[in-house]
Parts: sequence; C-alpha cells; structure tokens
Amino acid sequence: MKLADKTASELQELLHSKELTIAELTEATFQRIKELDPKVDAFLALNEEQATKQAAEMDQTDTGERGPLYGLPIGVKDNIVTEGLETTASSLILKGFNPIYNATVVDKLREAGMVIVGKLNMDEFAMGSSNENSYYKNTKNPWNLETVPGGSSGGSAAAVAAGEVPFTLGSDTGGSIRQPAAFCGVVGMKPTYGRVSRFGLIAYASSFDQIGPITRTVKDNALLLNAISGHDEKDSTSANVEVPDFTAALTGDIQGLRIGVPKEYFAEGVSEASKQAVKDALKVLEEKGATWQEISLPHSKYALSTYYILASSEASSNLSRFDGIRYGYRTEKAGSLLEFYMNTRSEGFGDEVKRRIMLGTYALSSGYYDAYYKKAQKVRTLIKQDFDKAFENFDVIVGPTTPTPAFKIGEIIDDPLTMYANDILTIPVNLAGVPAISVPCGFDNGLPLGLQIIGNYFDEETVYRVADAFEQATEFHKETPQTWEGVAQ
Amino acid sequence: MAKMTKEEVIEVAHLARLAITDEEAVHFADQLEAITNAMELLNELDTENVEPTTHVLPLVNVMREDKSIEGLPRELVMKNVKEHEGGQVRVPTILD
Repeated sequence: MKLADKTASELQELLHSKELTIAELTEATFQRIKELDPKVDAFLALNEEQATKQAAEMDQTDTGERGPLYGLPIGVKDNIVTEGLETTASSLILKGFNPIYNATVVDKLREAGMVIVGKLNMDEFAMGSSNENSYYKNTKNPWNLETVPGGSSGGSAAAVAAGEVPFTLGSDTGGSIRQPAAFCGVVGMKPTYGRVSRFGLIAYASSFDQIGPITRTVKDNALLLNAISGHDEKDSTSANVEVPDFTAALTGDIQGLRIGVPKEYFAEGVSEASKQAVKDALKVLEEKGATWQEISLPHSKYALSTYYILASSEASSNLSRFDGIRYGYRTEKAGSLLEFYMNTRSEGFGDEVKRRIMLGTYALSSGYYDAYYKKAQKVRTLIKQDFDKAFENFDVIVGPTTPTPAFKIGEIIDDPLTMYANDILTIPVNLAGVPAISVPCGFDNGLPLGLQIIGNYFDEETVYRVADAFEQATEFHKETPQTWEGVAQ
Repeated sequence: MAKMTKEEVIEVAHLARLAITDEEAVHFADQLEAITNAMELLNELDTENVEPTTHVLPLVNVMREDKSIEGLPRELVMKNVKEHEGGQVRVPTILD
C-alpha cells in the first residue's frame, strides 16, 4: 500500500478501518524520508524518537474522538520554534538552539493530534527565493534535482512534492510560501495578515510575516488552516476575527464569480508559458460559470522596491537581537564588547542576511529615512489602495504566481536584483496583507507552474472555493515527479 | 543615481554591528548601489499627500490586566546560554 499519494481523508479512512495504525503511518513516513531525503535535502532535524512514541500512544485513542488531522504527519519550517527540537532558521547563528517553548501554531498542531516529524530547510531567516541561502544545505526541486525548490519555504514545498509528508507549514513574507509551492507543483496558502498567530515565528519583517499551510490538495490545505488559525493573546497583531470552517467553502460552485486579471501581471519578464497557463486556467474557470475582466493594479511595478526597503528595515531591527550573549553562536574572537558583537554577527550571518541588514540600516539612518523608509511606507498605501479598489468590483484577482518556473541551482545566486525579481508577482499581496494561494496550473519543460488566486481581507473562503473548483476540473495536482518512481513507501 | 562608496558601506556595517573586510565592503558597495538605485524608481511617484502605512490592519494597542504572572523558570531560560554561573549569564572579559 502506497501512502504518499493519499489525502488526509483517505488516510483517515485507512486509520478508522484499522487497515493502518498511526504507528505504521509514522514509521512509513520516516522510511520514505530516509529513502528520498538524501536526494531532496528538505529536512534539517528529524523528530523520530518522539514522533514514534507519540504515534504509539495516539493509536490508543478511540477513533470516534479523533479530528480530521489526528495522527497525520507534518513537517515544520525551521523558523517556527518547537520545544526540545533544534530550531535554526537555517542560520549558523542559531546552530544548536533548543527552544524552550512552542510557537502557538505548533501547540495547535499538537491539539489537532498531528505528528511533527521534523524541521524543514529554508533560506536563512527566510531571506531568499531559492533555498541557496541556507547555511546547512541546498534543497533540490523533486521535479528536477538540478533546479531550486524556490524559497524561502523551499524545504516545506519540496517535502510535500516528494511525498515525504502530506502537510507542512511555511511562512510567507514576500512570496515565501507561494513561490516554492508554484516551483514544486503543490498548494501553498498565505493567509490574511493576522489570521495566524506569529508567536514563536522567528521574525524577519514583522508587518509582513505570516505562517501558512503547504499541501498537495486544496482540501487538505483548508483543513490545516482550520487547525492553525485564530486570535492569540501572545501576538498583539493577530486579528480577533471569527475563524470559519474553510472546508465548508469548497462547494465547487463558482457560478457568477467575478475575476479581475491585472494586466501588470503579464508584463515584461513574465514567460510565455506562465502567461499561457493562466489564460488556459481562466478558460477552465469560465466554463464553471465565472467571468473575468482585465484590470489594472497601477502601482505593481513599485512593489519590489517598496518591499525591499520596508522588509530590510524591519529585518535590521529584528535581527539586532542576535548578539551572542544569551543564546546562539558566540565568537571566539572577543576583544572589546563592540568586537564581540561585530565578530559574532559577521561570523554567524550569511551574505544575504548581511546585505538586508545593511540595506535596512541604511534606509533607516539619519538623512535617508525620509527618502527611503517613509517614502516606501507611503507607496505601500498606494499599493494597498490598488487592491481595495479592485475588490470593490471583483471577488478574486488571478494571475501567475511566478514569472518563470524553477531555475537551476547556482544560476542567479550572485545577482541579488535578479533573484529579488522572482517575487515580483507575490510581493504586492504581502504589502497589502490580503490572502493568496498558489495551485498547480501547468508545466513548462517538465517543471510546474503556479496559478495565484488573491482574495479580499479575511476572505480565504472564496480563495479556497476558486482553487478547489479549479483543482476539481484539472489533473495537474495528480502528477507526481520522477523522484517518486521506485520508492517503496 | 546615488553612488555607494566603500567608506559608506563600512559606516553602515558598523551601525549594524557587522565586521566586514575592505574586500567585502567593495563587493557589498557594488551590490547595494545597484539595489538602492533600483529603489529610486519610487521617486517617480508624487506621495506628498499620501499617508504612510505602518500596518495593514486597523490595530489598537493591547493592554493586559496589571497583574503579575509567572515567568519562565530560570533553569529553563539558561538552557541555551553558552556559559552561566549562579543564575547569571557569563560573558568574555571585555575590560582589563
């Protein structure tokens, strides 16, 4: 029995009928990880001993008392703290860091009965679009091991694409869930800012960061968002709004749905294959009763600059806590206190992190603050207004998730501006704070392409409904990469 | 177009508490110059009468009741400290 291609409800059926136990499922998951991960390199730390023990205990719980995610395995991005399980954010500066409490989302996974199998590789402190900025290793794209999985949640997307786990958590600051989901041919949701607690998420840019689910199907994605959403008194930016059952939105009915298609998302730099895949997707949605119209989000071209000023500024402040005193890496070369700080940070951080810290420090420094930081905050308002205006007349906004499919490892790592441009279609969403999903919508030379569906504030339900209707009408999510072939479990 | 000099990068690195070599400073100067030049695209926009966005949601300050609550136990807090002694964090000598 092959478990890797099963959805949550299929796995629950097997568990409920006793054809499968949670212990067996957990064991099979680790077997598959051990077989595939030497090639894919998605995982950093594995939680095998603890997970195996937990699984055996959980089998004792009556099936009638189990929720829809009970006993199912999940991997967690390494910038989300897990008590007693090493958490590094893929940085040397946190090597060996052993959290003393759980992120709120991790407590919620445990409450739902999920089995945490390990921590997933990422770009250091979530800064990057290829996973090449990890201090520890390069994760590979399961569809072509010479290409990147995207980033920064590259490990989370690759692990799901490889079938190592059916569920992972990622985080998205400028596209870090949706871009790797698109590159790896899986479903990745960035919820509305404030939907999910950030308590225990190692901060990169606090006014953008948001945790979200990565899965192989839209329904599984909605199930996982159900489990992690909600107000948290430990995160004063988490929104005190009602959390609906997102799976109830998956009716398949999109009759009369109004779709806006921004012409700016089909501009120069977006590949023909990406554009064509979205046009084909629009036809599918039209056949299901939706209508679409070209719209303009006129400030889109300013999003990239705005984002890198604001996110880097927030990062320069957030990352000042890494000073080598109370936890994390500490230099051996301490002379003065200043040298202690400077050497600890220089040795502990990688180049991209240093670049963004310096950029942020520069943008916030006296004499440049108004020209860069304040200016960018004002342009953020204009970008947000573009979305507010579009949602007056449309239910969702649809376009490509990324300009191109996955690129080769090493291809653009030395060219930061080209690397940043990867997120040109995902960043505006974070600037506005609205929710958006990426779902598989085609292939270009064997590499997956993603369809981005953007919704209004706290309207993940409509986003999921459209994504699910598209998934039901297409077969892209059923395709599996070559890495699956010949794997036993 | 703003020019980013090696000296400026060293100054910014110092403010950010990063030690960088002269060679690194030259490398970063080129990259940061390209990035900041790209950011000057924003100057095209007239933002004179636009309010800055600090946060996308209408947030209000959250206060909890002024009541003492138990913090984390000290031995747990010390778990990730490299060196500690008598409940205190031990740091290298920095004064002669």
